[in-house]
Amino acid sequence: MADQIKLTKSDRIHVWWRSTFLQGSWNYERMQNGGWAYSLIPALKKLYTTKEDRAAALKRHMEFFNTHPYVASPIIGVTMALEEERSNGAPIDDVTIQGVKVGMMGPLAGVGDPVFWFTAKPIIGALAASLALGGSIMGPILYFVVWNIIRMAFMWYTQELGYKAGSAITDDLSGGILQDITKGASILGMFILPALIERWVNVDFSPVKVSTIKQASGAYIDWNKLPAGAKGVKEALVQQKAGLSLDKYKVTTLQDNLNQLIPGLAALIITFLCMWLLKKKVSPIIIIFGLFAFGVIMHVLGVM
Amino acid sequence: MNLNAIQMILVVLVAFLAGMEGILDEFHFHQPVVACALIGLVTGQLVPCIILGGSLQMIALGWSNVGAAVAPDAALAAIASAIILVLGGQGRAGVSSAIAIAVPLAVAGLLLTILARTLATLIVHIMDRAAEEGSFAKIDMWQMIAIAMQGLRIAIPAALILAVGAGPVKAMLNAMPTWLTDGLSIGGGMVVAVGYAMVINMMATREVWPFFVLGFVLAAISELTLIALGGIGVAMALIYLNLSKMGGSGNGGGGSNTGDPVGDIIDKY
Repeated sequence: MADQIKLTKSDRIHVWWRSTFLQGSWNYERMQNGGWAYSLIPALKKLYTTKEDRAAALKRHMEFFNTHPYVASPIIGVTMALEEERSNGAPIDDVTIQGVKVGMMGPLAGVGDPVFWFTAKPIIGALAASLALGGSIMGPILYFVVWNIIRMAFMWYTQELGYKAGSAITDDLSGGILQDITKGASILGMFILPALIERWVNVDFSPVKVSTIKQASGAYIDWNKLPAGAKGVKEALVQQKAGLSLDKYKVTTLQDNLNQLIPGLAALIITFLCMWLLKKKVSPIIIIFGLFAFGVIMHVLGVM
Repeated sequence: MNLNAIQMILVVLVAFLAGMEGILDEFHFHQPVVACALIGLVTGQLVPCIILGGSLQMIALGWSNVGAAVAPDAALAAIASAIILVLGGQGRAGVSSAIAIAVPLAVAGLLLTILARTLATLIVHIMDRAAEEGSFAKIDMWQMIAIAMQGLRIAIPAALILAVGAGPVKAMLNAMPTWLTDGLSIGGGMVVAVGYAMVINMMATREVWPFFVLGFVLAAISELTLIALGGIGVAMALIYLNLSKMGGSGNGGGGSNTGDPVGDIIDKY
């Protein structure tokens, strides 16, 4: 057993880099299988030297595989460990390797989707977008840098974790850690989402005037009594700061009334309506077009 | 605005990158906030493109490819609408019509995505044959071809828009009446909700709904930035996870007593 083949750190870095292209040949038949085989090639090249062994290794990694692209990394790590043992003579057959892959991809996808797609992406995206709306280049830079640091670090460390733990990792996965991560991400996501809804879903009924009340004198700035020129402008600003209204008539819009209940109520109602429609299996595309049509109609009618 | 040859090549290159990322989902060049900024960078129209990217990012926040499901195509929407914004030459004022154009494009992109993923099935069959030969080089090559095909999925439409040129694009934008563009931008403000609704439907359980209520109420305080809210959210998640393990009475019995954990947190202070 003197000539055991071990995967070096450099091999593992190559696999890590290639795993970036995991979804490149995503297809309806076996999904990520091509990218999976592609990712493992540096390891397989090192471990197997004869043509027959290589063909067999590639064939067993062209089987169906699909998970969240980032959490594939720990599975790649474990698979490398298993392949390494196998090439050194351990009795690990195709069924074991395929079993580990399939056994891990389901539960891990269940973690990757809520953590990355439903929590991290909306939060980082909203933060970056709010900067970008002001025309700041920091928006795109922040998104790109933060997202890729998180992703690359996550993929490298979990791949190493999987490689070092080997098949023992399947025991850990059955424990509560994954559930805790999933639940924690759901809590964070569910806490942040309403804030995003309130701040970024724009439903504005301002054109609808609920009431127009003539105000008592002294409650508004009497423009006729202001001194002329710059002095008048100054006096007007002082009066406005003191809380005087700009107009003789106080206009209350439907939007003002809604905001007094709680800001963002209309946005929340729209969101709940969308959730209900989605649950009724209405296609999101239809809902999107519906909302555009609704916006145009309401605008033409002068409601929004 | 007319672009010179170098700018056009760079635009198509950015489109290619975005198309690749649309399937890879790794570097996120296809996310509107990044993709539009890159188009802005290579065409010299940075600020309007960044604003467009921010607006589209808000709409696309909840769009993600879960499992085999395909989301509306953020890549095509971002790239094509940014190019149209640049060619239209209206600067910031053109952002709302660009958004209105982006969404139908996202849907059209969906069809291209499905087509590309079906073509990829043919490619993996070729890869199967390469595997039988034990040829690493061929697998590498076909993986690259598959990725390049995904890049072309966006690069070709981008090149087509450039080929149409600034004149017709401007004419089309000017032909849109203001009631339509204004109405569409009002609609765009609401469309954001669809993405959030998709995400909430995926995550919501009875156990986590109280956190939704807390988030909504706290968001009314405009001094709390997103980062501050994130801090509160992380802290609450940690506290909740710890407390739910300490609780002696129930073994994780969520569902029925959803109000309690929040009460527990308050008691802790």
